Amino acid sequence: MTGWRRLEVLTEPVIEGAIRISGISAIIFVFGIFFFVFREGAGFLFNHLDWREFLLSPEWYPTSVANKRYGILALIAGTGSVTVLAMLIAVPFGLGAAVFVSEFCGPRLKEIVKVVVELLAAIPSVVWGFIGLKVMNRLIIVLFDAPVGLTLLNGSIILALMSVPIIVSISEDALKAVPDSFREAAMAMGATRWQVVYRVLLPAAKNGLLAAVLLGVGRAVGETMAVLMATGHAVKIPTSLLDSVRTLTATIASELGESPVGSEHYQVLFVIGVLLFTITFTVNLTADLVVRGVRRS
Amino acid sequence: MRGKRSYAFVVCLVAAACSRAPEGESGAAPEGAKLTIQNSGSDTMVNLAQAWAEEYAGIEPSVSVEVSGGGSGTGIAALINGTVDIANSSRKLEPEEFASAQQANGAAPQEHIVGYDALAVYVHKDNPLESATLEQLADIYGEGGAITKWSEVGVKNAACPTDEIIRVSRQSNSGTYFYFREAILGKSRDFKLGSRDLHGSKDVVELVAGTPCAIGYSGMGYATPGVKALKIARKAGEEAYAPTVSTTLANTYPIARPLYLYTAGTPSEHVAKYIEWLYSERAQKIVEESGYVPLPKTPSPPATTPEGR
Repeated sequence: MTGWRRLEVLTEPVIEGAIRISGISAIIFVFGIFFFVFREGAGFLFNHLDWREFLLSPEWYPTSVANKRYGILALIAGTGSVTVLAMLIAVPFGLGAAVFVSEFCGPRLKEIVKVVVELLAAIPSVVWGFIGLKVMNRLIIVLFDAPVGLTLLNGSIILALMSVPIIVSISEDALKAVPDSFREAAMAMGATRWQVVYRVLLPAAKNGLLAAVLLGVGRAVGETMAVLMATGHAVKIPTSLLDSVRTLTATIASELGESPVGSEHYQVLFVIGVLLFTITFTVNLTADLVVRGVRRS
Repeated sequence: MRGKRSYAFVVCLVAAACSRAPEGESGAAPEGAKLTIQNSGSDTMVNLAQAWAEEYAGIEPSVSVEVSGGGSGTGIAALINGTVDIANSSRKLEPEEFASAQQANGAAPQEHIVGYDALAVYVHKDNPLESATLEQLADIYGEGGAITKWSEVGVKNAACPTDEIIRVSRQSNSGTYFYFREAILGKSRDFKLGSRDLHGSKDVVELVAGTPCAIGYSGMGYATPGVKALKIARKAGEEAYAPTVSTTLANTYPIARPLYLYTAGTPSEHVAKYIEWLYSERAQKIVEESGYVPLPKTPSPPATTPEGR
């Protein structure tokens, strides 16, 4: 018995240390990744980068022989437009599904819907991209008489389908966290079920719902493979839903593999990586602060 | 609910474990019994290299050739880093690449031409256009080029109601992209922005096959029933030639290029033997079967070092 106790006394600090390291490792990894991405791009970032051209010019000619131009305005516009449109589609669907699952449907149906939504999250992004390239392309050409189906619309629909599961599960959790006493009180006042949702639950869960939407945005900004295949990957500032676009992530994915290590092109791609990191970091931080707001209230 | 969730998780785990199993078995084979040749690079050549490797496995069972794609630049980078024995490339080594390969490996890389590739310009099968000149292609694809509609090249593309030419291109550092740009636009001119830049030779043909308004370029080996390869003329008024073996060898088809293999310095014995086999009749037959153009029937050319580049 005492031997056992002694062993515990000895192993306890070791286990505690191991757990502490695993906890801290996440922080180390995040900073490590940021440091790495930043270091690879730093040479260009501080010495050669013309910020005005970089952010304000839509001309992306990284492999030109005579006149290299690194303008990412069209890529920012691509990422921005795909994300916004995807959210316009995904947020109503996601929130609607969450409200339905948590408030309106019976327990059996609820189980089915939840499992299917989780299944949606398990589909790999290349498969989504494939659907965009093969199925949606032809569908959009036929339905809209478009010259080509690899468009902003195509990418946004694919991206919306990919973000919906995140939005549904997080907002459903947020709705479930609203105490039943709120619902009961509203019912007792004679509110209809819709009034309960609209007047009581949505305001009470609004921080959680906002966090769900922001995490969906983070997913949409960061997604690469599916949008690479579905949007057409054309450097162009979109003027209609049926224009092809190109996103920041897709540009990195398609060009980094073949740009010579250490070249200007390589470094610019890492500067784009820093930009993306900053965007997703901001979005996630906002989501986190919002969720914290929920806990406090 | 929790229970169901973890049940689904277990199902996934089991599925993953089962799909892994065959890999484990092959990994159990005794190591070191086989010599391997690592081979990577050009996406254009990956099917060809794969076919060679499979054939060679029957001829020389003690050597296994492991092929991967990724693009000419990827293969050359791997050669410089010393992770492959042979790099496939659909373009010539750049002078900087040559220098860094020489520096990294202590010997000048050797160049072997193993066949030719004619880049075909594809349109949808219902497009009435039959031929184009290099100038027209430059006006369609080039920065500042004026042609944006099918009617401007003189056809009424009935399947394409908007009349807009949808340009399909490749990601900006594939060997095919560089070669096509140089072939139609010259050394220093750039492509027009706004083309759909796809990520593989096959994807280009797939998209053109599904898009009546599209035009795209890819190796002539990638032709499918859904697309039509245009005849190409050097200048307006000159004769236009279809991309075929004979027009490529006769040098009348204007958009054709050699396919290269690069090794870091003098290759080791089993690699040299493999490369020598690639010049054999059987291996050159595979070049033809894969949709490329075999070398003219002369004694196998010796390995060369690309001097002066």
